[in-house]
Amino acid sequence: MTKVLELHNITKRFGALTANDDVTLTLDQGEILALLGENGAGKTTLMNILFGHYAADEGTVRVFGQDLPPGLPRAAIAAGVGMVHQHFTLAGNLTVLENVMLGSEPLTRLKSARGEAKRKLMAIADRFGLPVKPEAKISSLSVGERQRVEILKALYRDARVLILDEPTAVLARPEAMRLFETLRDMTKEGLSLIFISHKLHEVMAASDRVAVLRGGKMVAERRTRETTPGELAELMVGRKVERPVRHDHQIGAPVLVADKVRVEDGGETRLDDVSFTVHAGEILGIVGVSGNGQAALGALLSGLAHPASGTLTLADQDVGHLGPRGMIRAGAGRVPEDRHAEGVVGELSLWENAVLERLRTPEFSRRGFVRQGAAKAYTNDLIKRFDIRGAAPDTRIRLLSGGNMQKLILGRVLSNGPRFVLANQPTRGLDEGAIAAVHAELLAARAEGAAILLISEELEEAVALSDRIQAIVKGRLSEPISADEADPQRLGLMMAGVWTEDDHAA
Amino acid sequence: MRLERRAHVPLHLVILAPLAAVFAALLLAAGLIAAAEVNPLTAYGEMLRGALGSRLSITEMLTRATPLIFTGLAAAVAFRARLWNIGGEGQFFVGALVTAWIGHSLGVPGWIGVPLLMLAGMAAGAALLAGPAFLRLRFGVDEVVTTLLLNFIVILFVGLMIEGPLRDPLAFGWPSSVPVDGDFRLPDLVPRTRLHIGLLFAIAAAGAVWLVLARTVFGAETRAAGLNASAAAFAGISLPRTIMGVALLSGALAGLAGSVEVMGVTAGVTTTMSPGFGYAGIVVAMLAALHPAGVVAAAVFVATVFVGADAMSRATGVPSFIADVIVALCLLTMLVALLFTTYRVRR
Repeated sequence: MTKVLELHNITKRFGALTANDDVTLTLDQGEILALLGENGAGKTTLMNILFGHYAADEGTVRVFGQDLPPGLPRAAIAAGVGMVHQHFTLAGNLTVLENVMLGSEPLTRLKSARGEAKRKLMAIADRFGLPVKPEAKISSLSVGERQRVEILKALYRDARVLILDEPTAVLARPEAMRLFETLRDMTKEGLSLIFISHKLHEVMAASDRVAVLRGGKMVAERRTRETTPGELAELMVGRKVERPVRHDHQIGAPVLVADKVRVEDGGETRLDDVSFTVHAGEILGIVGVSGNGQAALGALLSGLAHPASGTLTLADQDVGHLGPRGMIRAGAGRVPEDRHAEGVVGELSLWENAVLERLRTPEFSRRGFVRQGAAKAYTNDLIKRFDIRGAAPDTRIRLLSGGNMQKLILGRVLSNGPRFVLANQPTRGLDEGAIAAVHAELLAARAEGAAILLISEELEEAVALSDRIQAIVKGRLSEPISADEADPQRLGLMMAGVWTEDDHAA
Repeated sequence: MRLERRAHVPLHLVILAPLAAVFAALLLAAGLIAAAEVNPLTAYGEMLRGALGSRLSITEMLTRATPLIFTGLAAAVAFRARLWNIGGEGQFFVGALVTAWIGHSLGVPGWIGVPLLMLAGMAAGAALLAGPAFLRLRFGVDEVVTTLLLNFIVILFVGLMIEGPLRDPLAFGWPSSVPVDGDFRLPDLVPRTRLHIGLLFAIAAAGAVWLVLARTVFGAETRAAGLNASAAAFAGISLPRTIMGVALLSGALAGLAGSVEVMGVTAGVTTTMSPGFGYAGIVVAMLAALHPAGVVAAAVFVATVFVGADAMSRATGVPSFIADVIVALCLLTMLVALLFTTYRVRR
């Protein structure tokens, strides 16, 4: 087989940190290669070097036998390399079509060929099973839909080697599996793929070959069918990691009750006739394909959206009209969907982020002045109790890894002794070690009697943590099923919107 | 070549950035001075002597720095919250006008009247910025446009008032408003100069602004909202309230600049009493990297350029407009310098 891509002896340093240390990697024609590693292992750096976003300190990149000049994304694109970034690079104020066309049209052309471009886009979308509305504004799309546009953008530019950076980070399992099927079909047409992942199951299911990075070094390469998830996990982490297990215990009284809630946003109904109950000491899992109303549900329970009809009660208090601070006072703790956008202010210190929600409480301010001493002591407690690594209270929070950032957010929520916790995609983008830590904290809060609503697109996570599960589809919720009854088929059907028949059968 | 964000901005860069910016601006302006067939070193020497060469020139420079500290603080407070208040000039003038109008016939002792007039000037400036802030929050109207255009409206309005209802009959046809009562003139800081105690007020204001920004809940919420509005909203920080609070504070500081200038220096209002204090305040704030302590230093620098340019012009014949060129260049070079403090250049 011919090598479509060769990375030879790549080394990249950022100051004292060596992100890639003498990494060599090749990709065969029509192959799917999984690049496996924990956060910070150097996967994204390596792919950014390949794509020309970074220039390597040492080593060479060859595409189809030609050396790529370092640091020139344009050259990489011209050579047929397409990259789908984990953090989207879309212009929110433009439409899907405009984003796809952006940069692929010659500037000298007077009239933009929209019609032609639209036909090409729709043909690609149709062929690869990635439905989009070409005239929809990016800002109105869900995270999952934006991901789809990112992939289409690369395909539109006739990429022959496609690099996907954590492509399923925002997709639900069935969507992810369909994506991988699509990718598999694409390889039959001569496309070669690298996808970056830290999820073992998808690496096992979707790749031909696995390359494992750890601490910037290539530690192993395996044929996928000759390895096991257990071996890969150990190679990736360097030790054994196990996720904590939920134990059955007595469920308490109802804490958070939503009754026939409808939420509207900009004239559109986002949640419709939504009813659920979360009891003390219970985790209720909400599963679904992204873009089906999870954002509205998160906003509702965070105090950022309010019911247009129906009621939301927390510990017998009507909380539908309360804002974020009111919700917190009523006993709610909120873990937002997007850490960077809503969870923290990156340029502020840990301690400022730790007390951000409770600046106006007597604990952290007096007569309008912030009690910095108290805030820093509190942050030090969080750092110790929640094992937040590599940081002091004065560190700017954007320097923390995703896992440590999430531990701080969980810490500020859980240390407040909440009666109700919203955990919205609490482990998205985290590595195995951090996922285990977050799960352990959520289960500990459950054991202490907190009522927890878990919104997750990870089925393993939802099934492992939840006592009961409901599916969200197009802004509506299914009836709950107990976690014991939740097998992948049934959940898959629920997430596809097929639940009424099931109810009759049950 | 590409830019990479620095993980950490070292302190020496924070201090070095404005110095490098000023140096670059002076270097660029030197080209213009040379074009006027004057040795730039001679010109800058005259400038320094004109601003700092004698007791009188130093007091004159500090007199000029006083309103710049206020308007610089006004811009710094607003910019930190990403409220782009370009209307410092207009707020300066309404503060001045209201002070002269009320202060002309206010029948109270000076020690009551002065604080009262300062409050009146602050209220006027705050009210003027409240409008654009409201329009932005309610309808999303860009405040850069509204605050900038209000400057012209306010200056024309001031012209109307001093030609009409507030005209000073004793000014011999010179267009000036009625003066504030002698009881409300600020005492001199240095006898037989124009330097008044307003300078101390300005320095105290810088201290107070620092305290508010760095130590209060309002300051922390402003910072959060300015850096990441959606995270602030998620944490329950009301964006409208924060923006409005910032607008009132910023407008009040610029209004105070006008009020103090009237009570300290001009007594009456004229349309030429400000050589662009409001606009120069923006440069001051940027040179200060939006830090209140830096505002004082930057205001002294800009005042040195303004005052020194007149002396330089007399001695060398280079037009004193070079001062405006230098100050404007400083804004541009500072923006470039800030880029290099936030990012590093990589090959």
